[in-house]
Amino acid sequence: MTNDFVLEAITREFPESVISHDTPYDFLTLEIKKEDIKKVIHHLKDSSLQINFLTDICGIHYPETPEKEIGVIYHLHNMMTNFRIRLKTFMTRENAEVDSMTDLYAGANWMERETFDFYGIKFKGHPDLRVILNMEDLGYHPMLKEYRLEDGTRTDKDDKMFGR
Amino acid sequence: MKDNALSNILNQHDSKEQIDGQLYTLNLGPTHPATHGIFQNVLTMDGERILHAEQTVGYIHRAFEKISERRNFTQITTLTDRMNYCSAPINNIGWHLTVEKLLGCEIPKRVDYMRVIMMELARISDHLICNGVIAMDAGAITGLTYLFQERERIYEMYEEVCGARLTTNMGRIGGFERDFTPKFHELLKTFLKKFPVVWQDFCSLNERNRIFMDRTINAGPISAERALSYGFTGPNLRATGVDYDVRVAQPYCSYEDFDFIIPVGTSGDTYDRFMVRQQEVWESLKIIEQAYTNLPEGPFHADLPEFYLPEKADVYNNMEALIYHFKIVMAETEVPKGEVYSCVEGGNGELGFYLVSDGGRTPYRLHFRRPCFIYYQAYPEMIQGGLISDAIVTLCSMNVIAGELDA
Repeated sequence: MTNDFVLEAITREFPESVISHDTPYDFLTLEIKKEDIKKVIHHLKDSSLQINFLTDICGIHYPETPEKEIGVIYHLHNMMTNFRIRLKTFMTRENAEVDSMTDLYAGANWMERETFDFYGIKFKGHPDLRVILNMEDLGYHPMLKEYRLEDGTRTDKDDKMFGR
Repeated sequence: MKDNALSNILNQHDSKEQIDGQLYTLNLGPTHPATHGIFQNVLTMDGERILHAEQTVGYIHRAFEKISERRNFTQITTLTDRMNYCSAPINNIGWHLTVEKLLGCEIPKRVDYMRVIMMELARISDHLICNGVIAMDAGAITGLTYLFQERERIYEMYEEVCGARLTTNMGRIGGFERDFTPKFHELLKTFLKKFPVVWQDFCSLNERNRIFMDRTINAGPISAERALSYGFTGPNLRATGVDYDVRVAQPYCSYEDFDFIIPVGTSGDTYDRFMVRQQEVWESLKIIEQAYTNLPEGPFHADLPEFYLPEKADVYNNMEALIYHFKIVMAETEVPKGEVYSCVEGGNGELGFYLVSDGGRTPYRLHFRRPCFIYYQAYPEMIQGGLISDAIVTLCSMNVIAGELDA
């Protein structure tokens, strides 16, 4: 299975859903429309491509691009041929909601809870969408870029000299 | 019966009210001595049988992903130590491989072999703890105390290579800080000679032990389909019969040069997980012997002056070395833009690093694919319908490390 073969198979099946594609470090990466992400992942799982192992789900935040501010990244794997693929979907901050994969993969449950916890992305159809690693009363999603690592009110630390 | 334990119990009674008085809730954890870490499980019990379990995690969450966004690439190594602290060198080297992939640099063969030796020693030390603890939780503490001596020998070797024992900070981006010392060679040779005898003793102590088998066979089983659906990898997946191993499927560090097999189980229960780890230790020993016998000559680090601290003598006498030294210490070294996913076969399974770089001095986004986080969500399903004593050995046999679970 090659990148070109899988790319062609996906674009043939979902010509409208693929926004862009790339192969950074020889890793096929597709950007998929938010509405179609579940359809595509379902197809990869059940079709003859057999990309049926969910390796990882995580979020990402790009505050500089408001129309694609929040992203969800899926890593999928075909263990038989050792083919890996990365799917991404982007959305605005106000509309950070995407379909849950819990009915396709049992493991998606906690991965989506973690993504929700850190980025506030809601997963439609998730059976139990609660924060997982942070306190329930934290009240915000700490991996968003506007939250600094250090306490912003502290004055005893100044590391601008260190280029960070 | 296992999947529908609660409904079966409910069916035996006319109404839920009738059983209300019979069921009770038990808090297993967060700091229970038998769980070896901070895991809370709220169990609904019918006598000694578990009907329902719900777990809570996050007690030691230390925000490693957020911290990584403010640290340079070298400094992140110390964070990876603290995930699966039973096999820290694997995490360290996994992280270095990720950055090296992003940099696209060439690594000398000697570095690959040295890394293989360290990673396999780490895998052995990880499995020693895990299997020793399973035996202990099944009632036999002798094996664990016996194996701790061997783990000490491995830690002495870590100490020779990097100066630390538990949180190792092993190696550098591009290779190692220094070459193997003569004392390390001595320690490794002694280990290779003496350890197989000890390991054989431990195997004989448990593998066909009637009590141990009664306690572990059929305890906490999971099918291959469910394990794959949950995203299991590593010994826990191989115990169900799936022969997936990152070292073979996607070799890194020249693993393709070595001859070893992937042990698999059949039923995915505690005994199979135990046995898979037992066998893996033998395979790791085989790999170490091959790597050590064929250890190539050559440099022990890649030609990466932007990431590799120069020799102190050079810093004093050579302008370029001084500049690089300054740049590394002041975290001014940049990496190319891009995104990579790199993974290694950790002690517990596929340990993945998803790194997005915007060309700056720190990662833009770093996500750890932590195998323990993936396993632990299957825990309630695995212990449902079993006894509470099964739940304890099941948790040990999954080798859930709190540091990696919560990262």
